[in-house]
Amino acid sequence: MNPTEPAGADYWHKVVDCQWACPAHTPVPEYIRLIAAGRYADAYMVNWHSNVFPGVLGRTCDRPCEPACRRGRVEEQPVAICRLKRVTADNKGDIQDRLPKPATEKNGKRVALVGAGPAALTVARDLLPLGFHVTIYDGDAKAGGFMRTQIPKFRLPEAVLDEEVGFITGLEPELKLGQRVDSLKALLTENYDAIFVGSGAPRGRNLEVPGQDQVAGNIHVGIDWLASVSFGHVEKIGKRVIVLGGGNTAMDCCRTARRLGGEDVRVVVRSGFEEMKASPWEKEDASHEGIPIHNFLVPKSVTNEKGRLTGMIFEKVKAEYKDGKRSLVPSGEADVFMPCDDILVAIGQENAFPWIERDVGIEFDRWGMPKVSETTYQSTNPKVFFGGDAAFGPKNIIWAVAHGHGAATSIVKFTQGDDVAVRPATGIAVSSQKMGIHEWSYDNDIRADKRYKVPHLDNAVALKDIRAEVELGFDKHLGFAEAQRCLNCDVQTVFAPKLCIECDACVDICPMDCITFTANGEEAELRTRLTAPAPNEWQDLYVSTELKTGRIMAKDEDVCLHCGLCAERCPTGAWDMQKTLIEIPQASASCRSQ
Amino acid sequence: MSYLAKPKFRHPNLEQNALGFTHRDYEGAISTLCAGCGHDSISASLIQACFELDIEPHRVAKLSGIGCSSKTPDYLLGQSHGFNSVHGRMPSVLTGANLANRDLIYLGVSGDGDSASIGIGQFVHAIRRGVNMLYVCENNGVYGLTKGQFSATADNGSKSKGGATNMDSPIDLVSLALIAGATFVGRSFSGDKTQLIPLIKAGIAHGGAAVIDVISPCIAFNNHAGSTKSFDFVREHNEAVNRLDFMEGREAIKLDQAPGTSQDVMQHDGSIIRLHKIRDDYDPRDKVKAMNYLQQRHADGELVTGLLYVNTDPRDLHTSLNTVKTPLNRLGTDVLCPKSSALAAINADYRAG
Repeated sequence: MNPTEPAGADYWHKVVDCQWACPAHTPVPEYIRLIAAGRYADAYMVNWHSNVFPGVLGRTCDRPCEPACRRGRVEEQPVAICRLKRVTADNKGDIQDRLPKPATEKNGKRVALVGAGPAALTVARDLLPLGFHVTIYDGDAKAGGFMRTQIPKFRLPEAVLDEEVGFITGLEPELKLGQRVDSLKALLTENYDAIFVGSGAPRGRNLEVPGQDQVAGNIHVGIDWLASVSFGHVEKIGKRVIVLGGGNTAMDCCRTARRLGGEDVRVVVRSGFEEMKASPWEKEDASHEGIPIHNFLVPKSVTNEKGRLTGMIFEKVKAEYKDGKRSLVPSGEADVFMPCDDILVAIGQENAFPWIERDVGIEFDRWGMPKVSETTYQSTNPKVFFGGDAAFGPKNIIWAVAHGHGAATSIVKFTQGDDVAVRPATGIAVSSQKMGIHEWSYDNDIRADKRYKVPHLDNAVALKDIRAEVELGFDKHLGFAEAQRCLNCDVQTVFAPKLCIECDACVDICPMDCITFTANGEEAELRTRLTAPAPNEWQDLYVSTELKTGRIMAKDEDVCLHCGLCAERCPTGAWDMQKTLIEIPQASASCRSQ
Repeated sequence: MSYLAKPKFRHPNLEQNALGFTHRDYEGAISTLCAGCGHDSISASLIQACFELDIEPHRVAKLSGIGCSSKTPDYLLGQSHGFNSVHGRMPSVLTGANLANRDLIYLGVSGDGDSASIGIGQFVHAIRRGVNMLYVCENNGVYGLTKGQFSATADNGSKSKGGATNMDSPIDLVSLALIAGATFVGRSFSGDKTQLIPLIKAGIAHGGAAVIDVISPCIAFNNHAGSTKSFDFVREHNEAVNRLDFMEGREAIKLDQAPGTSQDVMQHDGSIIRLHKIRDDYDPRDKVKAMNYLQQRHADGELVTGLLYVNTDPRDLHTSLNTVKTPLNRLGTDVLCPKSSALAAINADYRAG
């Protein structure tokens, strides 16, 4: 293998699995250390810089970071990264003076944002301090988009959302709320320098089964129904409710129904329980509230009695696998009837662009989605950028934020007349953590603590009040304990071959058998010769140049605890623990090129 | 040294031995020796050897004297029996323990000060009695704990860290062990685990007095230019006569070596030492030739390593003394303290003579 040195920003970034997996590349270990130090406001700002909505995401994020977390490969459970993010928001205090101020000097560029959801708000936050004039259009009366209309208040209190949306509206964009954009063509004539479309995926799929038309009043499209609940238009539902669908919207629907009078609320999914799209913790929360999930049932028809919904008939299916593809085939068992008073349909969302004329230079693919670059977020009309669900279909808030950052960078470049395809380079700040012979400026004493559970409100109280937040969050004490589970993967083991005397001290002390001194070879073959097996090929080997004895040092990054014992036991300082703070560039007046 | 305990987490795919243990189950407390100490590599080799031999940790007794080396038993086999004895007196304590309970595996860990200076008498007498043990001498040529004075194994003409030249003749522990009658003698280097680990395994399986002299650089006081026990010097002058694989008797013997390049030596317990010869003319079963060869190469300034001598049919102390097969701790009081009538019978026997 070729030596890893000099390892670039991307190499070190990849070792920080959580940050690499986060679409917005939040420097997770950095803010977790700040939590442990009790510096909540600092920890919040690290988050806010990257993901814009720490308080919202700390409650609602899909957590791509957690399955990636190295701790999950070392013991049973990853660090509760998401809920630690909430700890920063809950304890930050007043951070007003740390926020950017409205630009005093304008740069003369005007940008229109369609939608006031997380993607558009991120674009606004990145562009406003640079002096852009930003106009935000949204059909709703308040900014926030689906974060406000779709996420039940018992998961995301309004005050949390208001505060973080307020940090952005405080930068003084021109708000045109309650004004839905009906025509892109018309908007284009207003001579904005750029337009960003962050209008979401606003159309919920409806059911198509016999009998539904007679009882349409009791069959509700999930996302529309959730919005009506959010606006206070709907305050009640029948006692027996069937929720169709296995995603997170279905989980929000069933739990909301439980709070609006639903007593027998059940979720029915076509697939198996394991294959449901909902996050495991959301399924857990639903079942904790006494909501059963029935699987392998396909809706067949709706029954009524004199126009009143009486129930639903399902066909029982089973999964069959052919060439790795799953298909649901009738199991041959008798159909299942479930009585109900209301049906909530949460079987998917679609994008809808009836307001984009097909002759404004924006090409659409055969699924009706605009053709958008995944790196620049630019559409085929160079002036128009897309992000969030509007760009690539329904995803989570954190993706919308990532798109927003990327699009803002593109907009800066575009309005400056630069090539948007040339992206700014990832930055890296490297600093040794050594303070003494065996003293480091991070806590390298690895704790064996298992993942802590977030305390929940008692069901009896929670189910009575739709606004009562169910998760109580970690308090400072639990937050500290959970923070200490973080392995500090951004404090890297950096090796200097010239200093190595090949004494084997690091090999002997490494608790995870990560380090091997051996003859060089091709990667696949080398992986078989290491002290411990290195089967995770997506985890890199860190390979040195040739040492005095002709061997190389090969370290498998996979399960390294970043405990620093290799560096503590190294007599010559050939190993050092160095913090690599990865800086993903955001829009700036001079977007540095790669 | 490190203050932290070594994390309990281990690699999820770590190999397990026949007992279901990983090598980490054979560890002891975290080392308090200087960073990079050769002794730590020897501890790691002992851990790996016991792991590979599927030894139940409670079947091992590790004994030591005083010195850096004698601290190391604390850093391995945390679930074994241990005894940290008086300076240089480990061999007699080990001998006593062995006589009391012959069923344990005896691991004597010592250093050049403990073995070649204050304990030299004990060293040779335990060997000449044929105590069944593996005696490992972690040999760094200096007194590390007292800041690097020459020890008795320092080579004539070698330089101390401060620049002084050693004028005394060195004691060669390997030659001494051979003369004293050790039935298994090896020498190795802490920086070469591939040679050291099988040597330790063969030594543990050996049924008599086995001695391994391990050159172990002292990073703090004896790893400089002019030292003959530094990493660089040993790597340059290491003349391995053989490398070996160790196979326990129950393992199938694999014939993967071309004839003439390897030699199988079966020990009394049925275990097999497969020697991959580096020096064709070297036969570790010929003691006189071995001694000659060692002296020649030493005169040339080279350090001979490998399995230097093995007697495949060793005699041990219990055989010489014709002791009871059962360990004393498993004999009842009635057997250990026979009634006065037994003494009377013995006395009567003498009177009759």
